[in-house]
Amino acid sequence: MEFQTVVFYLFGAIAVAAALGVILVRNPVHAALFLVLAFFSSAAIWLLLEAEFLAIALVLVYVGAVMVLFLFVVMMLDINIDRLREGFWSNLPLGLLVAAVLVVEMVLVLTGDFFRQAPAPVPLPADASNTADIGRVLYTVYAYPFEIAAMVLLVAMVAAVSLTLRKRKDARYLDPAEQVKVKAADRLRVISMPAEKE
Amino acid sequence: MLTLSHFLVFGAILFAISVVGIFLNRKNLIVLLMAIELMLLAVNTNFVAFSRYLGDIHGQIFVFFILTVAAAESAIGLAILVVLFRNRRTIHVDDLDQLKG
Repeated sequence: MEFQTVVFYLFGAIAVAAALGVILVRNPVHAALFLVLAFFSSAAIWLLLEAEFLAIALVLVYVGAVMVLFLFVVMMLDINIDRLREGFWSNLPLGLLVAAVLVVEMVLVLTGDFFRQAPAPVPLPADASNTADIGRVLYTVYAYPFEIAAMVLLVAMVAAVSLTLRKRKDARYLDPAEQVKVKAADRLRVISMPAEKE
Repeated sequence: MLTLSHFLVFGAILFAISVVGIFLNRKNLIVLLMAIELMLLAVNTNFVAFSRYLGDIHGQIFVFFILTVAAAESAIGLAILVVLFRNRRTIHVDDLDQLKG
């Protein structure tokens, strides 16, 4: 077998096993860690597809930021796992049926001649830069969507902060509006008094 | 020799696993969010594979935007979860019946 095929099957098997771990383990912290493993193995497969920029972005953004957020929240919430696992296996037959139909359908279609005979990808030159290619398209053709994506992130950030912001009653708190509205006369009183002599 | 089918079947298997995950963890909101992330990963793998085999960089741009939106989605989802837990002391789906749905 070719080296690339070995790498594909190795990381593919790890990713599938980790995905099974995500949905089956009892402890949500373990599920989050399995999800990290799944993302990591998928990033390796994306590297195999020569999408270097996205593979690194997946590791940095997902493993580095989103999964840490998941872990924070899972550890912050006090969850009664036993109650959440009630009736866990009762939906298994239906779920398995749907998944089996899905996989069989997809495999039948995807292993057909049309996809198998898709021409092998053109080998990229050794000095090809995936990041430069993406940047070239992203900042020209997709400049406008790129700006919108930035706005989506900003709105999400503001929404997350304002959702979880909690005002404490005992906290010392300054209202910026009142600070801006204040006039010199409210704070400062000029009085005239006779000069004193020793 | 790796063909396009290899990567597409890999994506399909990941997607099916996360569908099963949604069926099984119906009551656990956190694992539901994780299963959705897994679904997006499977779809993104398809995009990257097509992008490579068709020699078209635009598929990767699409993945870039999906990653952006998915990050925003999970951040807001987790924020809602935190607020929910703060108000109700539970995230059990059966207890969330305030809207009388």
